[in-house]
Amino acid sequence: MVHAFLIHTLRAPQAQDTGLCRVLYSCVFGAENSPDDPRPHGAERDRLLRKEQILAVARQVESMCRLQQQASGRTLMDLQPQSSDEPVPLHEAPLGAFRLAAGDPFQEPRTVVWLGVLSLGFALVLDAHENLLLAEGTLRLLARLLLDHLRLLTPSTNLLLRADRIEGILARFLPHGQLLFLNDQFVQGLEKEFSAAWPR
Amino acid sequence: MDLLQTTLCSPKCPEQLQFLCAAILRERSPADSLSLSWDHVQSSQQLSLVASVLLAQGDKKEEVRSVGQHAFRVLESRQPEGPSLRHLLPVLSKVTHLAPHTLHEDQTNLLSKRLVEWLRYASVQQGVAHTSGGFFSTPRARQPGPVTEVDGAVATDFFTVLSTGQHFTEDQWLNVQAFSMLRAWLVHSGPQGPSAPDAGDRSEPEGSTLSVLSAASTASRLRPPRERLRDKAFEYCQRLVEQSTRRALRRGDADLQKACLVEAVLVLDTLCRQDPSFLYRTLSCLKALHVRLCGDPARARALLPIAQFFLSHGEAAAVDSEAILQHLFTRVPCELFHSPMLAFEFVRFCGDSLPLFGRNLDILKRSFPNLFKLLAWNSPPLTSEFVALLPWLVDASTAVEMLHALLDLPCLTAALDLQLRLSPAASERPLWDTSLRNPSCLEASRDPEFQALLQHLLRAKASGTVQRLAPLHQLLQPMTSCARVVQCAEAVPTLLQAFFSAVSQFADGALTNQLVLVLLERRDSLYQVPQYEARVHRVLSSQLLALCALHPSLVVDLAKELLEFVGSVSSVHSREAMLAAVAWAVGEYLSVSWDRRCTVEQITRFFEALEALLFEVTQSRPSAALPKCPPQVIAVLMTTLTKLASRSQDLIPRVSLFLSKMRTLAQSPAPSPVHGEEDAGAICTRATELLTLLKMPSVAQFVLTPSAEVSEPRYHRDANTALPLALRTVSRLVEKEAGLLPG
Repeated sequence: MVHAFLIHTLRAPQAQDTGLCRVLYSCVFGAENSPDDPRPHGAERDRLLRKEQILAVARQVESMCRLQQQASGRTLMDLQPQSSDEPVPLHEAPLGAFRLAAGDPFQEPRTVVWLGVLSLGFALVLDAHENLLLAEGTLRLLARLLLDHLRLLTPSTNLLLRADRIEGILARFLPHGQLLFLNDQFVQGLEKEFSAAWPR
Repeated sequence: MDLLQTTLCSPKCPEQLQFLCAAILRERSPADSLSLSWDHVQSSQQLSLVASVLLAQGDKKEEVRSVGQHAFRVLESRQPEGPSLRHLLPVLSKVTHLAPHTLHEDQTNLLSKRLVEWLRYASVQQGVAHTSGGFFSTPRARQPGPVTEVDGAVATDFFTVLSTGQHFTEDQWLNVQAFSMLRAWLVHSGPQGPSAPDAGDRSEPEGSTLSVLSAASTASRLRPPRERLRDKAFEYCQRLVEQSTRRALRRGDADLQKACLVEAVLVLDTLCRQDPSFLYRTLSCLKALHVRLCGDPARARALLPIAQFFLSHGEAAAVDSEAILQHLFTRVPCELFHSPMLAFEFVRFCGDSLPLFGRNLDILKRSFPNLFKLLAWNSPPLTSEFVALLPWLVDASTAVEMLHALLDLPCLTAALDLQLRLSPAASERPLWDTSLRNPSCLEASRDPEFQALLQHLLRAKASGTVQRLAPLHQLLQPMTSCARVVQCAEAVPTLLQAFFSAVSQFADGALTNQLVLVLLERRDSLYQVPQYEARVHRVLSSQLLALCALHPSLVVDLAKELLEFVGSVSSVHSREAMLAAVAWAVGEYLSVSWDRRCTVEQITRFFEALEALLFEVTQSRPSAALPKCPPQVIAVLMTTLTKLASRSQDLIPRVSLFLSKMRTLAQSPAPSPVHGEEDAGAICTRATELLTLLKMPSVAQFVLTPSAEVSEPRYHRDANTALPLALRTVSRLVEKEAGLLPG
């Protein structure tokens, strides 16, 4: 099961360290049980803790992506398609995984699978023993859908204001964090349903 | 907040708005003022949204239980199988995952029964398109055909996730969802063993909810739902394995086949754990699968769950998993080290299966060179994994070889890059570092002399021998600027720490001696990545001291080598850390109290070597090529000389002379001072202290060569023992001396 899905900014590997990594969208499927903290803490603190956890993951993903890009000698801009009509070749986008130990930052050990597309990073936070092949496929699928339906590559879209669409896509393709074994035809069927319910 | 809640629950709200409300409510979770009720929830999609908000609250008020109970109530009610259940299953799956203990026995039985239906008895005809009517719609809808396999052929057996068609029926959707949650459900819904027929508890299933087919296909007496589910799950997995042999027409389907293979093996593993009667059939199926996969590098990732299966169940089935493990550890890392996901999964497999290896742990230990290839190529994500794995890999017979391999890890990275460039297999895009085009070493590496060294570096198993790779370091010099090599070099100090902390758990005197010899030998024979040598030296010097503390007698054992080391250090530059460590170790442990074999000659020889070194260091003028020696090293050398002198007292006059010369030198306001003012002051102070101490040789001996009893607290508390007395005497004398010194 997926614990969380997030989209965040990726800075180019050669850029200076100005600016911070920003989480553009995050969705946590069900909450972790609150840690055994004897002090009474309010809901505000829990909310803040969750945000911090997601931000910590985003930062780690960013540095992993940057290191992988540097090691292979490529830049993220290599992925830019020739024209805006062509699909972004997602099978060549950098993809990786790493483990988060218990307590750092989530209570239980988790695995993160990430994908870097141009200036955006997509990440799935999974439980410790998940089918990573399926997670990889799902992540690529989500990235492709989000890029297509939100037209993330055209300069005028604003991702932050279109969170409801992202919710719609997630509700169909990753309901409650359940990874689905969808073959191509199922994906097409779900996509048609989504386009019908959410006209552009 | 209330407005959002009411909007969410209102029946006529458009979908987009509902989603938005749910998302906002989730963002504000956990919220104390939330008060969603189930009364107004109409459709199951609404239920799903409400559930998502409630599940995000953190289970302070047992929200998970209430969601689960409500969802099950909907499941139990006799609603027609409309679109409703599609939204319900993920909720149930999530609840099971978060809080499995909140479900009752009959609820789990109910869901197991329904899962059996959906998995096994979904329709094999394609669904009808939802046409909205139109000008050209025919009055009689065309009969949809049967579902197809991924290669286009007509489906030969029941429907699975690898069956395709133009449109899908509702139960086919449920089939997909049921399989997606199957493994988690099997694990969480009660890991009971092969059930003894629980006669009294089992209530006869309501005949009307079960389709006629399922009742007819089972044996005369209906087995408990959990067992039936296991049977059907087994059939499903077997069918998936068969379906994965077909050649998919679309790329997405090919990827799905791989994922399904992995999942099928994982489910089979779970089934065999819960009910060992499946073991026999599974073994034959998996052995055949393994043979098929061995020749297919694109599906190598599926070999890992198979290996794990054989490790878990091999004992029970009296099957030797050795051959499978040998193939896995020998072939896979060599060929596929460059795939980050495979590397990660491989290392996770090693980490997770450690308790299962048993007799086969030897295979893991001997394959460390291959495992290091994965690490060398993908160091950032795998470093922390290896730090946890190293204690299991380290073995007395391979420790020395492993230390050399760790020190040569960046060189391994460069060699792997070279190997990729030279390999004839063309891939769609280059896997090596594309920012470095055609390094000059490419041609030179074809030389047979280098080939032999490269083969040793790229070996798959521990060879038991060690080869000096210095020529290779020089050959691969152009590649030291590669980003990947630099990343690997940054990871090595951490790995060395982990290695030494693992080794010191079991190393005996002989092994420790060997390791220290490696440290001394390799100090100037490292791959020259920028800053690598300095970092490694720092780690090696601290580890040297740690090893000496564990086995103090090694100073006497290796006296010859240590003496050589001290004598051969012509310039202190870039060797400060190691030199300081060696000098300190000699000062501490070269005495009769630590090792009876220590002789006066040895002490004298070390003394002379160190004295000569210190003399050279302080007399030579600093220049661009030889920067000045740091004052810490000078202080350590002075202290060591004093310690040695306190043990062999005829050296005392020489030391005193030397120390007073040092003091004069430090105090002199020379036009181009060798050291800054602060440093000079520190040296001067230390020289003074040591000189004063030497004026009372027996006290010096006490202070500088304390016996082992010093570590006992009683030694210090007892006011009659000599040490406190000695200290008081010394401090009074030092105060007097300080008063006597010229201004």
